[in-house]
Amino acid sequence: MSDTSNPAAPAAIAPPPLAERLAAQLPYWIVPAMVVVGLALIGDLPAWGTLTLAGLAMGMMIFVMASGLTLVFGLMDVLNFGHGAFISVGAFVGASVMLALGGWMTAPSLWLNLAAVVAAILTAMAVTGGLGYAFERVIVRPVYGAHLKQILVTMGGLIVAEELIHLIWGPNEIPLTRPLALRGAWVFGEVAIEKYRVLAVALGAIIFLALRWALVRTKLGLLIRAGVENAEMVEALGYRVRMLFILVFVAGSALAGLGGVMWGLYEELITAQMGLNVLILVFIVVIIGGLGSVEGCFVGALMVGLMANYTGYLAPKLALGSNILLMVIVLMWRPRGLLPVGKG
Amino acid sequence: MPDALPDALLTLAGVHTHIAQYHILQGVDLTVPRGGLTMLLGRNGAGKTTTMRTIMGLWHASAGSVTLDGRDITAAQTPDISRLGVAYVPENMAIFAGLTVRENLVLAARSGPLADDRLDWIFGLFPALKKFWALPAGNLSGGQKQMLAIARAVVEPRDLILIDEPTKGLAPAIVQALIEAVNELKATDTTILMVEQNFHMARMVGDTVAVMDDGRVVHAGAMAELAADDALQTRLLGLSMDSHQ
Repeated sequence: MSDTSNPAAPAAIAPPPLAERLAAQLPYWIVPAMVVVGLALIGDLPAWGTLTLAGLAMGMMIFVMASGLTLVFGLMDVLNFGHGAFISVGAFVGASVMLALGGWMTAPSLWLNLAAVVAAILTAMAVTGGLGYAFERVIVRPVYGAHLKQILVTMGGLIVAEELIHLIWGPNEIPLTRPLALRGAWVFGEVAIEKYRVLAVALGAIIFLALRWALVRTKLGLLIRAGVENAEMVEALGYRVRMLFILVFVAGSALAGLGGVMWGLYEELITAQMGLNVLILVFIVVIIGGLGSVEGCFVGALMVGLMANYTGYLAPKLALGSNILLMVIVLMWRPRGLLPVGKG
Repeated sequence: MPDALPDALLTLAGVHTHIAQYHILQGVDLTVPRGGLTMLLGRNGAGKTTTMRTIMGLWHASAGSVTLDGRDITAAQTPDISRLGVAYVPENMAIFAGLTVRENLVLAARSGPLADDRLDWIFGLFPALKKFWALPAGNLSGGQKQMLAIARAVVEPRDLILIDEPTKGLAPAIVQALIEAVNELKATDTTILMVEQNFHMARMVGDTVAVMDDGRVVHAGAMAELAADDALQTRLLGLSMDSHQ
């Protein structure tokens, strides 16, 4: 069969109309648009700069916590309310490591400070990754395909985890001081750039780029993306989706642990309930972005971070509900989220 | 129950499949000879797709046995069945719309990188895939998606290919191209079990045929025999092949 003889040889696919192409790109322009609108509404450049950085930092941390959850949602349709437990446990494990390395945290050396944070992050990720493995086997596996049961048992798992935190670390909140090098801010004119927020933005961006690279450039990433679209077909191609899911679940739990450490350092205070408190924002981000979409999750997280900070400054009374409002608006515009994954 | 023919690659014996409370397959006996194309025909709801999914392990038989090349795969998991050399092209094609044509094929090539000579052969069968190599598969037309779904099944040599209604919703020109491609596939001695509602396609490519009704195989034999017997077609299928081109 040759090109010319084959009746199925198609004419070149015409590019979609300009309006359609622009509409497809629109979600990527929301964050820059929010930043510009924020500047117009706030009017004060130093305040806008501080709020924007705070919003981006908050968004990046929420993205780190939400990225695993969105893949778990997309890959196996599992509603995991226990994700908050990994955030809390990660924060407490990380805090324990940083408290144990108190000398490094207060040393006047950037490298020692960073070494303490890295040690805390790696330990937290290892513990929450292991916890995620056990959570998937014991709590999630028996309730595949049953959403109501998933909500009940994973919520139960979250409550048990909170009580275990009380048992191990005590009932009180723990103040967490940032390492010396990450305290304070760089001041440019009237604009103060908080050091820790810069680190949070950089770390979040690195994790997003690494995740994106893995999802696009590696066969494992292809399998995850394909599994999110149609897990059954991935199995029919000879791959065990269950193994893939465990891997994603463990990685997502480890990322939640990392997010917990970052969030703890951001708030400078950790509580057993912090995971549950952040979980609301995490779910909003996952829904806004489109279930299973890492890129959507990233855009949604930045939107949520900016929205929380801008409304907190412009209309403090609205701040509490601003992200719910944002979710309602997005879902009215795009009911499947900003960048939905096509389910096969 | 059918005799286990020496050249049978796949045998279903008394297969029953339940989906929730519904008893869909009610004792399917089916033999797929090695190296030919067996056509599975029947009215809507006869159990053809359920038979394909049961073979593939996507639904499990509640009774009876499925044997592939002498090996009992009745209770095997889908990935294991796939790794025994069975490829599946489902009714909805199930291409990965967010992945490019290349990525779809890379995933299907389980044993390693895409082989150049195999790719050239696939591009010969389906030139459109070469043209849209880097395009997200979701952007392809219906016919091109079907080509990709079949290409995915043959990107590496397989012993048995299950194809469920490949011509569904396709224009006649595309159907003709598929007929040519399937005939080329047959020339490689690949065993194919195909569900089809397009009798023209069925007659053009089928070697043997099994007709299903109410969850059972009610007729099995040579396609040429069925194609030549209008009365039999009308009795089994409700109309003759000539009236459905």
